[in-house]
Amino acid sequence: MSYKLIGKDFTPGDIEAKVTGKAKFSEDFRAEGMLFAKLYLSPMPHAKVVSIDTSEALKMKGVFGVLTADDLKEVPPPGAPILTNEPHFVGAPILAVAAIDETTAADALDRIKVKLKPLPFVTDPLDSLYPGGPNATLKGNVADNKIKLNEHKWTAKDFAKAGENELPIGKPASEWSYGELDKGFKEAKLILDETIVTAPGSHMCMEPRTSMAYWQNGKCYVHGSVQSSSFTFPFLAKAIGVKPENLVFVSEYCGGGFGSKAYYYPVMAIAPYLSKKVGRPVMLRISRAEEYYLGSARAGFQARVKVGFKADGRICAMDAYVVAQNGPTKGFWDYRNFGAAISVVYQPENMRWRGVPVLTNTPPQGAMRGPGENQTAAAMEPIIDKAARELGIDRMDIRKINAPDKNGKYGEKRENFTSAFLKDALDIGAAKFNWEEKKKLSGTRNGSKVIGVGVGQAYHSAGSSGFDGLIRIMPNGKLHIHTGIGNLGTYSYASTSRVAAEVLGYDWNNCVIERGDSRKNLPWNLGQFGSNTSFTMSRTNYVAAVNAKEKLLEIAAMDLGGTTDQYELSQERVVSKLDSSKFMTFAQASKRAIELGGKFSGQTVDKELNPMTKTSVSRVAGSGLIGVAKDKLKKEGIAPALCAGFVMIELDLETGKYEIMNSLVVADCGTVMHPTGLGAQINGGAVMGFGMTSTEHHVYDPKLGIPATRGLYQQKPPTYLDVPSKMDWAAVDKPDPQSPFGSRGVGEPPLGAAASALACAISDAMGGHLFNRIPVTSDMIINVASGQAQSHKTLQVNTY
Amino acid sequence: MVDKYQDKGPEGTTRRNFIKSVIASASVVSSSAYLFRSQLGSQVWAASSGTVERLISIKVNGQTRRVEVMPQDTLANVLRYKLGLTGTKIGCDRAECGNCTVMLDGVTHYSCSTLVHSVKRQEVTTIEGIAPKSGGLSPVQKAFIDELGPQCGFCTPGQVVAATAFLKQNANPTRDEARLALSGNLCRCGAYNNYLNGVMKAAESI
Repeated sequence: MSYKLIGKDFTPGDIEAKVTGKAKFSEDFRAEGMLFAKLYLSPMPHAKVVSIDTSEALKMKGVFGVLTADDLKEVPPPGAPILTNEPHFVGAPILAVAAIDETTAADALDRIKVKLKPLPFVTDPLDSLYPGGPNATLKGNVADNKIKLNEHKWTAKDFAKAGENELPIGKPASEWSYGELDKGFKEAKLILDETIVTAPGSHMCMEPRTSMAYWQNGKCYVHGSVQSSSFTFPFLAKAIGVKPENLVFVSEYCGGGFGSKAYYYPVMAIAPYLSKKVGRPVMLRISRAEEYYLGSARAGFQARVKVGFKADGRICAMDAYVVAQNGPTKGFWDYRNFGAAISVVYQPENMRWRGVPVLTNTPPQGAMRGPGENQTAAAMEPIIDKAARELGIDRMDIRKINAPDKNGKYGEKRENFTSAFLKDALDIGAAKFNWEEKKKLSGTRNGSKVIGVGVGQAYHSAGSSGFDGLIRIMPNGKLHIHTGIGNLGTYSYASTSRVAAEVLGYDWNNCVIERGDSRKNLPWNLGQFGSNTSFTMSRTNYVAAVNAKEKLLEIAAMDLGGTTDQYELSQERVVSKLDSSKFMTFAQASKRAIELGGKFSGQTVDKELNPMTKTSVSRVAGSGLIGVAKDKLKKEGIAPALCAGFVMIELDLETGKYEIMNSLVVADCGTVMHPTGLGAQINGGAVMGFGMTSTEHHVYDPKLGIPATRGLYQQKPPTYLDVPSKMDWAAVDKPDPQSPFGSRGVGEPPLGAAASALACAISDAMGGHLFNRIPVTSDMIINVASGQAQSHKTLQVNTY
Repeated sequence: MVDKYQDKGPEGTTRRNFIKSVIASASVVSSSAYLFRSQLGSQVWAASSGTVERLISIKVNGQTRRVEVMPQDTLANVLRYKLGLTGTKIGCDRAECGNCTVMLDGVTHYSCSTLVHSVKRQEVTTIEGIAPKSGGLSPVQKAFIDELGPQCGFCTPGQVVAATAFLKQNANPTRDEARLALSGNLCRCGAYNNYLNGVMKAAESI
C-alpha cells in the first residue's frame, strides 16, 4: 500500500533549530532576577538527618533562601522524595540553597551544618537477602510497583544449597508459570543451568536534568528536560501543589532521556518550590557527577535460568529466576520484564518465572531503554548459542524454531500479539548480513586477532490505546495538529502527526504542529517512552482526523445538498462525487464550522475525553473546525516490537579490545513511517547496546556505598571510534492490523538486539566461552584468553 | 527536628559503619562540576575576597565583545551566561563530551575547559557563527538536516562546529578520517552514522 506521506522522508520542523544552536533547552532560558540553586547531597548511603543549621549561610550576601524536606510533604520509602531527611543513597538531595550565582550557592553549602546519623546500608541484593543482612530502608528491603515495602529474607540453607558459582534460590517475591515445567524438562534432550549477572548502568543523557521555574500572579512556570509533554503535566502539577490551570510547562526540547526523563521526576520540583520560597526565578543546573547520583540507572540482575531444549532446539522448559538490584525506591519493574521478554522471544512450551526486587542504597533506578528486556537479551542470547553448539544445530535455526510469529503468546496469561514477524526479521537480516558466509569466518586468526560473529534478538512492547487526538482545520485552510507526546529526538512527534494529514489528504506544507508547551493546548497523550509512540499516537491522530473528516462531510452535505456519502476529500476540499464542480475548500468549511458552533468548532465534545483534552478544546473552541476524539479503536493483545541483530568483530586476545567490523539490526515494527528516522533510531539504539555490552556499568564501593563512576570517562558511552564507521539497518515493513497505517514503535529493542549480538560475537571469538555477565570488559576477555581466573566473584553485581 | 535515634543510636549501626560513613562524607559535596559566578555575584565575591573582575574584549563570531570576567571564568560560561550565546552546550564541564566545542582561530577547543582570559587574542567561533552572514545555512548544517544527523540535538552544536573546522582543514576526507576528527564529540543518542553521512555529504558540496 502506498501513501502520500506515510513511509516518506520529510524534514522535521525542529531540526533547523538544532543545527543552528537556536533550539532552547531548559538551561538556555533566562528570567529577570534569576537565582541559581545548588544541592546539598547526602555523603552517606543511608542516614538520618539529625539537625540542619543554615544560620551562617543565610547571613551571607547573595544568599536568598534554603529549601529543606521540612518545607515539603514527607515521602516515606520506597517513594522518591524531592528532598529528604532520610537519604537512602549517596547523592540524595537533602536541601537546596538559592543564591545570586552558583559559586555563592556552593559557598553557602559549605557553611550549612548538616548533622547526619549513619544507618545500615547495602549495595548488593544478595547481602540483603541473607538472614540478618542489612536492609536498604528501616522498614524493609523488597518493594516494587505492586509489592508493598516489606522485609524479605532467604534462609541460610538456601544460600548453602547453591554451588559457589550458582545463584541461590530462595523464596521469590513474585512468580507466575504456565504449562507443566517438570513434564517439559522430561522432554528435554539438553538442559542448561546458567547463572547470569548484568550490571546496573547510567542513562548518561548529554543534557543533565536542569530545570528553571518562576511564579507570576499565582501561576508557576516551569522549564524542564523531559521526554513527555502531556503525560508529565498532571504529575508535575501535583508534585508542586498547583492546580493544572496554574501550571505552565515548557518542554520543547529534551537533550536525551532514554527513560530517565520519561515523565515527572522529583528533582524537577526543586526549582519551583525554591522559587516560591524566595520569590525569585530559580535555575537548578545538575552537574554530570550529580547525574550519576540522582539521575537514574538501569537495574542490575543476578539471575539463573534452567532451560530445557528438545533435539531440534525447541525450548520445552524454562525456569527463570531473577534478583534485581532495584535502588532505594520502587524503581521500575525490570525484573518482571525479564520473565515477559523470555516468554516472548523464546516462546517456551512450559515456563516458570520468579523474582525478587531488592532495594539497595545505590542511585535510584528507573526505566532505561528496554528496562529488563534488554538486559535479558544480552544475558540470554549467548546461552542459546551454547545450546546450539551442544545440540549441533545452526544458530539461526535454533532462534527461528523458537521465535514468535502471529501465533505467539505473551507471558503468564498467554496473551496474543497484534502481529509479530521476528522470523522474517531473522531471515531478512541473515540475507542482508550475508550470515552464511560471515559465519564461516568465525574463529579465523590473524596474529593475536580472531574473528567472531553473532546474532541476537530483543523485544519490547510497542503500543497502547485509549488516549486522545486533537486537530484543527483553520479558517486559512491550514491544519494544526496538537501533540503532547514530547520531543525525545526520534521525530516521531512529527511522523505520527502526519497520520492526521494523510487521512485528510493534506499537503504537509500546510500543516502546523503545536507542541512542547502546555499553552499550546495539548490533548491527553501517553508519554514518549516504552516504544509506544508510533502505535499509540498514530491511533490518536487517526481518530481525531476521522472525526474532522466526518464534520467536513457533514458541513458539505448541509451546505451543498445531498448526503455525506456523496462527498469525498480531495486536495484540501470537500468535493461532490457526483459533480466535481460542487465543492467547498477546507478553509470555507472551517469558517462554516465556526458559524455552526457546537461540535463543529469544539463547543461540545465527547464526554469520554480526558479532562486535559477537554480543557485544551475549550481554549481553542470557535477557532476552526475541531477534530477531537478518544482512541477507542480495537486493541486486542500485545503490540510487540521485535529486532534481530547481527555483528562481526575482530577481537585482539592480547589486549581484550575488539573492533566491531559490521553491524546490522532488523526491526519488526509494522509499516515504516519515516525511513531515515527509523534508521537513526535503530542505529542509535545499537550504539547504546554496544556500550551496554562493553563498557557501561555503575561501580560502588561496597564498603562505603559510594559510587565510583561519576564521570563519562569512568562509565564510558561509545564514541565514534567504538562503533562501525558504517552501520546498517533494515525493517520487515509488514503492517500491524491494529494500527491505522500499520505502524508499531521500536525505540528500545534495537539496543538489546545489538547488545546481544555483540555478546554472542565475543563469545564466538573466544571459542564459545560463556561470560554470563554484562558488560564483558576487556580485562575479563584477557583473563579468559590467558587462562586466568576472573577478578570478580561470579555473583558480584559491582565489579571494576 | 526530632531525632528518635538520638539516645539509642541508629538502629543496627556499628562503630565500624559509623567510621565508614564519616570517611564517605568527604566525597560528595565537592563533586559539583558546574560552578560559575554571575556579574552581580562576582561583585559580592570580589568585595569579600579581594579578587577583581576585569573588563576584557574578545572577538566572537566576527564581533568584538566587551565583557567583565573573573580570572576563573571559562569560555563556555561567559558565552552562555554573559554573552547570551546559549547554542554552546555544557554536557560535562570536564572536557569529556565535546558538547561545548567552539573554534579558536579555526581550531576546535572544549570551551568548558578554556579560560576566557586565554582567548583574548583569538577569534572565537561558536555555533551561532557557523551559518553564512548573508543568511541560510552552512553546508554542514544543510547536510546534517538532509541526513537527519541530530536526534535529541543537545550535542549537535558541538558536532556542527567540529565538522566545520575539520572540513576546513580537509575538504575531501575519507569517512574514517571524519570519524577520527569527530571522535571527541560524544552523542548519547548514538547518531554517529547519520552525522558521518552528513559530514561526507557536506564535503561533496564544499
